[in-house]
Amino acid sequence: MEAQVLFDTLKGKFGDAVVELQGEGCSPAFVVVAPASVQEIARFLRDDPALSFDSLMCLSGVDYKEKFAVAYHLHSMKHRHAIGLKVMLPRENPSLPTVDDVWPAANFHEREAFDLFGIVFEGSKDLRRILLPEDWEGHPLRKDYKYPDFYHGIKV
Amino acid sequence: MTIRTDALPTQEMTINMGPQHPSTHGVLRVILTTDGEVVTRAVPDMGYLHRGLEKIGERVTYAQYMPFTDRLDYLAAMNCNCAWAWTVEKLAKIEVPARAEYLRVIVCELNRISSHLIAFGSYTADMGAFTPFLYAIRERERVNDLFEMLCGNRLTYNYARVGGVSGDAPPGFLEKTKEFLDYFEPKLDEYNNLISYNKIFVHRLANVAVISAEEAVAYGLTGPNLRGSGVPFDLRKDEPYSVYPKFDFKVCVGTGERGTLGDCFDRYMVRINEMRESVKIVRQAVAQIPDGPVRAKVPRLFKPPVGEAYFRSECPRGETGIYLISDGTVNPLRLKIRTGSFVTMNIFEKVTRGLMIADVVAVIGSFDIILPEIDR
Amino acid sequence: MVGNADLFVNWSRKSSLWYLLFATACCGIELMQAGASRYDMDRFGAVFRATPRQSDLMLVAGTITHKMADRVKRLYDQMPEPKYVISMGSCANTGGPFYKDSYCVVKGVDLLIPVDVYIPGCPPRPEALIDGIMSLQKIIMRKKNFGAKA
Repeated sequence: MEAQVLFDTLKGKFGDAVVELQGEGCSPAFVVVAPASVQEIARFLRDDPALSFDSLMCLSGVDYKEKFAVAYHLHSMKHRHAIGLKVMLPRENPSLPTVDDVWPAANFHEREAFDLFGIVFEGSKDLRRILLPEDWEGHPLRKDYKYPDFYHGIKV
Repeated sequence: MTIRTDALPTQEMTINMGPQHPSTHGVLRVILTTDGEVVTRAVPDMGYLHRGLEKIGERVTYAQYMPFTDRLDYLAAMNCNCAWAWTVEKLAKIEVPARAEYLRVIVCELNRISSHLIAFGSYTADMGAFTPFLYAIRERERVNDLFEMLCGNRLTYNYARVGGVSGDAPPGFLEKTKEFLDYFEPKLDEYNNLISYNKIFVHRLANVAVISAEEAVAYGLTGPNLRGSGVPFDLRKDEPYSVYPKFDFKVCVGTGERGTLGDCFDRYMVRINEMRESVKIVRQAVAQIPDGPVRAKVPRLFKPPVGEAYFRSECPRGETGIYLISDGTVNPLRLKIRTGSFVTMNIFEKVTRGLMIADVVAVIGSFDIILPEIDR
Repeated sequence: MVGNADLFVNWSRKSSLWYLLFATACCGIELMQAGASRYDMDRFGAVFRATPRQSDLMLVAGTITHKMADRVKRLYDQMPEPKYVISMGSCANTGGPFYKDSYCVVKGVDLLIPVDVYIPGCPPRPEALIDGIMSLQKIIMRKKNFGAKA
């Protein structure tokens, strides 16, 4: 399905929650949506028979210097098409609803985004640090992250 | 806390299957909560090999990142090198010469064979049979010799470049590859006869950790793990990239031949059959490879246009997807690597409920995980 | 008399160096391949053990991250005397390719435990690993176990 057609379908159903379509220079194209509506849009994308995006390929946190974003890459096994979903978040207290009840594959990705960026996924059944030690301070993949000098007495 | 009150009162135990363990295929820690020998909960604890590859990607240039992709999945380093090269070429719309694409496919498939050999060897070693491991390493050494002839290294090749490959195949490489394929193909039947249908081996693998097709798709499984559950999805056939459309090969799917569809035995058998198909692909590639240059002209301080690209390629352990965001400078803005092993660990906790401790080892081996893919 | 006892003890120690199967990253594969048929390490008497309690030699093969650092120290402490450590590969020597930009890699395992032999390479070839083990054997032969301490 073409990205523009998909964008129009979503816009027709969800109205203002669907913000814009980033097609230029982006492959696959991204549909930017508002943070609060991400869960219901995700459910619609999965359950609608014409779309049936049943596989979450990738969920990543992004730091675009002025703001954060969470990018979802979705794929449909049935129709073999792909689309991206993007949510823009402010730098202070970034948080949005989780999608791990829509796609169970999201859980580890969300934990990683929380660990490395500090993005909080509300309603997640398990949101803990996954890659770094439990007592690590800070979120390393942020652009303004300063490397610590020592960790448990060992020079970083 | 008492679990069973019928015969003998029991208590739950928490056992640590620690980072240093011969069967966890790396530094993976599993915290097992067991009732006797039966596991009630197995929580994986990762991050013991987290080296910050994604942060490093933001600080080096596109060409400088190639050696780091080797360390991403060191058993299939060629696949990761090529995945990075393909992603950058997709973003910047670079045309790669045909000979380079054929060479990339040849090395990717040879590396798939050697990666599945280690999966086969270490899996049988985990199950208690040590000899197939030595046989697998023997074949792998022959593939290592081929790669050493090509690029000089045995493990971390750094062979692909943005725009092609680093060097042409030396004279004699294609003949030696054909010799290896002729030698290796009957060996697969030999190994099948040796261990695959051995009664003990089948007993340990069949009906263990059955994953249905819907679960596999919902939990994001890819590669042999997904195909072992009966879903015939292979990126080389369904979303072909590079010169894969020119080759004729089958997609290997689990059939539930010795147990239930989607159990450990199916995943293991998919890997064995994939080795056969890879031999077929390399044979065709060696026959069809054209002459020509092996590298496109790419500026030394390469600045791709502003944009975002997501490229998926079929690595031996699943789909390796690289999400690359460029802001027009020499360093990437964000580089996210989605690997098959990381997403496979999602289903680990669900699938190990109610298994014996020894079956947990069988599950880890059947998923064929590798820690740098999980931890990056 | 004491010299002969020294010789005997050192010879027996160097001829059966049982190493701990401790492979973190890529060097681990070269370690496995060195222990396999082509570059057989068994002919030096070196077999792998899964537990530190039964091993003399810890071959630190692979990158050590901060999360793993405590465990490396603990594994080293669990090994009985006499124990030796070989640091295999760039990552264990100095942090390797992750030295400059990574935030969670320990820059060399010698920040955690004392190392006897360093083997360079990324990854070192199995021949280099065997050369490292032979260097360790030479070091062991020079040790003095009995007699007055200087």
